[in-house]
Amino acid sequence: MKLGYIAMRLVKTVLITVAVVLLSFFLIRMVPGDAATVMAGQAGYADEAYMKGLRAEYGLDQPLPVQLWRYVEKVAQGDLGTSYVRRQPVVSVILERLPNTLLLNAFALLVAAAGGIWLGSVAARRPGSAGDSAVTVLAMLFYAVPQFWLGMMMVLVFAVWFHLLPPFGIETMGSDLTGLARLGDVAQHMILPGVTLALYFLASYARLTRTAMIDVADQDFVKTARAKGLTERQVSRRHILRNALIPLVTYAGLQASLLVGGSVLVENVFSWPGIGTLAFQAVWSRDNPLLLGIFIVTAILVSLFNLITDIAYSLVDPRVELGR
Amino acid sequence: MNFARRFFASPPAVFGFAVFLVVVAIALAAPFLFARGPLSIVGMPLLPPGSPGLLAGSDVIGRDMAVGLAYGARISLLVGIASTCCAVGIGLLLGATAGYYGGWLDDLLMRVTEFFQIIPTFVLLMVLVAFLQPSLGSAVIGIALITWPQVARVVRGQFLSLRSREFVEAARVIGMGDVRIIVTQILPNALPPIVVVSSMMVGNAILTESALSFLGLGDPNLMSWGSMIGGSRVAMWVAWWTTVLPGLCIVITVLALNFIGDGLNDALNPRRRG
Repeated sequence: MKLGYIAMRLVKTVLITVAVVLLSFFLIRMVPGDAATVMAGQAGYADEAYMKGLRAEYGLDQPLPVQLWRYVEKVAQGDLGTSYVRRQPVVSVILERLPNTLLLNAFALLVAAAGGIWLGSVAARRPGSAGDSAVTVLAMLFYAVPQFWLGMMMVLVFAVWFHLLPPFGIETMGSDLTGLARLGDVAQHMILPGVTLALYFLASYARLTRTAMIDVADQDFVKTARAKGLTERQVSRRHILRNALIPLVTYAGLQASLLVGGSVLVENVFSWPGIGTLAFQAVWSRDNPLLLGIFIVTAILVSLFNLITDIAYSLVDPRVELGR
Repeated sequence: MNFARRFFASPPAVFGFAVFLVVVAIALAAPFLFARGPLSIVGMPLLPPGSPGLLAGSDVIGRDMAVGLAYGARISLLVGIASTCCAVGIGLLLGATAGYYGGWLDDLLMRVTEFFQIIPTFVLLMVLVAFLQPSLGSAVIGIALITWPQVARVVRGQFLSLRSREFVEAARVIGMGDVRIIVTQILPNALPPIVVVSSMMVGNAILTESALSFLGLGDPNLMSWGSMIGGSRVAMWVAWWTTVLPGLCIVITVLALNFIGDGLNDALNPRRRG
């Protein structure tokens, strides 16, 4: 039964990927003028014959369905076009930056989950207490703060005023650190952007953990656990928290798209050399193939991450048989 | 009336509403409050707040920050409200159709909403606005295009649960057409959750607009809070106010809107509070 669910989920991921590619094709068509106009503009001259030649070369004179098919074929082979500005394949430009973004996002997710679950369980222990209200107020505040501005405030406080942490980059420029020393240097650079990115999600994890724990605490098996004489600590750790964490797995998947969006902004604030700063540069240099490539790659990565969390959820929760 | 009394009984909702009114008043009065526009240079750059004639100081090239902040409120409110209206329009139309008729249309709509939940919509928005050329219009259209599924989902859920109720059956029996049933019978009953979602969306749209402007994807000829923050990046180290003040404006406005949303939620669904 679980295999059936997983197979269905795989098909869905493939369909999402196809939809992303179709959407991208129509986004390209949305730009005023076509690729030939852009290339002619870069070449600095254009006459009818030259434009015609370009359109034939890139298949722009073909009917729309043929163009669409060629585009899908190209993307399926991992060809996302050539960056106008860098004159390199878009895929290799993105892959070069991808590890940095993955590192930052993984760190942020870890901070958010650990911090949020801890805060949420503290709040759930005494609903209505001062600590509980503090968590709610904090969450309310973080929902209203623009992430990029929060990042700049972090720089202002921790780098400009107190000189505690490095304000930008992924490592100290011009330093020839190797091995552990270099790792430590990168870790230090990661704290500010990582925590900035994490705080919004930390707040929502805290709220979710709190609600889930209060819900679970009401169920019969918890009463049974108390009745058989377990201490309050054992009940809350082993029975309540464990069961409350299950929905958080799905939530992590659902929030991945927001995480990537936040990452674009936070990377820019901290000049973190990942995909987000790349997207910013693509916007400024009008490098449309690169910008669109970033959308395709991040969309596919997020849907893969969703696939993984959904499968994990189906394995962790015995109640899931077929799912939706 | 009962509704208004419940809404104004909540201190955060009253606070949010009052702050929102002040922001609206400043936005409307900006051209009358200040003789010069937000883009004109009035003095030396980076003068601190409280300098003669400069309540909020001056920015990197010597523009009056106070004027910029007041005009920024116009952009934020305009984009926030306009994009939400567009999104609610699309969401109502599609959500109501899907929820009322069900079938393949409903399936299709649900797949589309799921799609929008999974893909990184902010990156999609960057592509949309960059490809359409940054302007006030493209920001409104772009934000509406990535947020309408939220409304459609809520509307569809409401219609799905209301369409088989007795009063709807009764309307059908007396011979009302589908459109009339949707508009006069179901919609008024489906409204409360739609109002709550929309009020929350305005705040989010303001945050999204500020992020676009921060990245330089705003209208280059307009002064907005996000573009003020983006422009202050070079000055932040020596002139904190250029960064801090526009950010505080965003936080206060969005917080007020979220308080209003919470208040509406409590006032419209009194049973859910406990």
